[in-house]
Amino acid sequence: MLYRENGQFKTSYRADQQIFPIRQDRLFMVLLLVVAFVVVPGLASDYLFRAILIPFLIMSLAALGVNILVGYCGQISLGSGAFMAVGAYGAFNFFVRVPGMPLIPALILGGLCATAFGILFGLPSLRVKGLYLAVATLAAQFFSDWMFLRIKWLTNDSPSGSVGVSGLQVFGLPIESAVSRYWFCLAILVVIALLAKNLVRSAIGREWMAIRDMDVAAAVIGIRPMYAKLSAFAVSSFIVGVAGALWAFVYLGTWEPAAFSVDLSFRLLFMVIIGGLGSIMGAFFGAAFIVVLPIALSQLLPAVAGLFGVSISTATLSHAELMIFGALIVWFLVVEPHGLARLWSTAKQKLRLWPFPH
Amino acid sequence: MKLRSLLMAGLAAGAALTAPAAFAQAKEQFFPLLSYRTGPYAPNGTPWANGKQDYIKLINARDGGINGVKLTFEECETGYATDRGVECYERLKGRPGVTIFDPQATGITFALTEKVATDKIPLITLGYGLSVSQDGTAFKWNFPLMGSYWTGADILVQHIGKKEGGLDKLKGKKIALVYHDSPFGKEPIPLLQERARMHGFDLSLIPVTAPGVEQKAAWLQVRQQRPDYVMLWGWGVMNSTALKEAQATGYPREKMYGVWWAGAEPDVKDVGDGAKGYNALALNTSGTQPKVIQDILKQVHDKGQGTGPKDEVGSVLYTRGLIIQMLSVEAVRRAQERFGKGKVMTGEQVRWGMENLNLDQKRLDALGFAGVLRPISTSCQDHMGSTWARIHTWDGSKWNFSSDWYQADEQILKPMVKAGAEKYLADKKLQRRPASDCES
Repeated sequence: MLYRENGQFKTSYRADQQIFPIRQDRLFMVLLLVVAFVVVPGLASDYLFRAILIPFLIMSLAALGVNILVGYCGQISLGSGAFMAVGAYGAFNFFVRVPGMPLIPALILGGLCATAFGILFGLPSLRVKGLYLAVATLAAQFFSDWMFLRIKWLTNDSPSGSVGVSGLQVFGLPIESAVSRYWFCLAILVVIALLAKNLVRSAIGREWMAIRDMDVAAAVIGIRPMYAKLSAFAVSSFIVGVAGALWAFVYLGTWEPAAFSVDLSFRLLFMVIIGGLGSIMGAFFGAAFIVVLPIALSQLLPAVAGLFGVSISTATLSHAELMIFGALIVWFLVVEPHGLARLWSTAKQKLRLWPFPH
Repeated sequence: MKLRSLLMAGLAAGAALTAPAAFAQAKEQFFPLLSYRTGPYAPNGTPWANGKQDYIKLINARDGGINGVKLTFEECETGYATDRGVECYERLKGRPGVTIFDPQATGITFALTEKVATDKIPLITLGYGLSVSQDGTAFKWNFPLMGSYWTGADILVQHIGKKEGGLDKLKGKKIALVYHDSPFGKEPIPLLQERARMHGFDLSLIPVTAPGVEQKAAWLQVRQQRPDYVMLWGWGVMNSTALKEAQATGYPREKMYGVWWAGAEPDVKDVGDGAKGYNALALNTSGTQPKVIQDILKQVHDKGQGTGPKDEVGSVLYTRGLIIQMLSVEAVRRAQERFGKGKVMTGEQVRWGMENLNLDQKRLDALGFAGVLRPISTSCQDHMGSTWARIHTWDGSKWNFSSDWYQADEQILKPMVKAGAEKYLADKKLQRRPASDCES
């Protein structure tokens, strides 16, 4: 009823090409941003910030990057953890080696390191695709594991291979408190999400999607596969690299290569698949599902069991958590193989026609 | 994005459900227990976690708490993963009466080291963690009690030297370090390199990728190099795999020396006879003779309150869990002596207690820990308390001590700890604690 576009006339191409052509969507977006920037910091507790919201924001950013590569360009990658690691260690090296290096340029430079790394490991995509490419990108993962464990220079000669940063600040404002960390991540996420959304709507985004849908046909109509694929690798690994730097700098503080293991690559891929391939919104849903749900389950299961007078041990709890989580993934993919984002847009579509569907 | 708000609302509701229970019990000292009972390290993580829980239950059942203050705990599963560990820490640190954190993983220790300083909660890492954090004037909140990887490596070199008939006989010998390729496995390297330089032995470093089930390449290197001794720096499945590989390679187990995390029952049980003769460092005894373990069997397990299987009570890692928990409890007791008996101590007060521990033989006997560990006393400068360890050898069915006590060489460790701490402080742009801070 409320969600209907009756009476909203678009009289110019500009109006028709907006990101959110429906007024209600625009309102919702503004409202959401206000909630995220103003309301949430007033309500959330320290735990909610540090353990749930910040990892959620950073993982959303990473999933966004992976979605550009996997969802929009169809190049399945299992090297996302490596791109995050390169971003993190790249930013770390610029941060500690260049005196007086500000935080944001360090993050961007870290992202650029990941870009170079991503292009390098994207080269096989010119010859192989699908499952074969996934295995080829796995090489990136193992290479980065090896590189950050073995090349001492990259970890600033730390004897244990573990590195850390402290005293973060932006324009003289310290990024120490939970709220400031949250705002910082949120601001970066909003800016990059907006850029990414516009990028996938532009010519290059269409090229990526053409390559994804059928690369031979795309080549026939004049799209250069090399340019399209490598640019997708570049953009994606830049975003993933920035996310990796944030994960290391803002969330962990001190980290080791194991923080960016192959496990993380898989989780990022799951986020994109569950959230919805080829959708910016999907990255957020996927990240929420993968990051928040296990934590929520681990907190709610004992409470639920307590209602029935049962107390469950930590081991049972974490096994139950894994099982429920796995079952939910299967269930979601059976119900909606296109991910949570498709569920969302189906719901929107239904709302637009409600109460007289045709 | 709507999902996020829904989930947040759900979480808030969940928090609201559990919160009243937490607030109602004011006079309780809360022990957050980070543990892992799942994942590749679970066989070793589980007895450790059981020991910690059982000691808390014992103190409540036998003594009625610490001077009347009941102890409570909550476990949080980390799976040995750093990000889950950080989440657990953030979840539990805000509870009323929170005492101390023992992250049970080197990676999580690194991630928490800076966080505990801002939150003012002590972090104990008994026998693991950052070796340089022994320096209490640089690391105010870290407590690597009873030993670090540097002291462990030092003792192993001393023992091997003794076997050869003097440290000078090590010249020209080949020692290989087969290590878990992570900060945990890499920590001993600087000390071993220092010792190699001093005594002229040849150190070869053989990394094993985590979690350590694939070691064929590492043992091929051992087969080629035929080192005189192999040091094993492993954890979890890596240890038993290494022993099986050694058996397949034909490397004598008598010449293998594990760190204290590679010397417990889960590491050798599956290998059976193949592990016979294998040596490892020991921080503590095993077996059910100590009085404290008898107490636990009587007061906790016989009443059906025990954690984990009864026949695992008294195993190496279980006993280590007991020790960790005992030291934490004693730190609270010590803090109460200064800040008020029968009160719930804050993290800051417990830190003072942890820094002023003085457990002499009499006190250990009274606690039922006679023979389990050596006396330990900490200070503002020394957050480790003691560096004593022994070697024990697996005879196919149980661990037996095969050496006397060793103490790590201060002459070598001190400058290394100092230099490491200086570098840490310089990197982080921090200052050393002034002497006056030791009183607080």
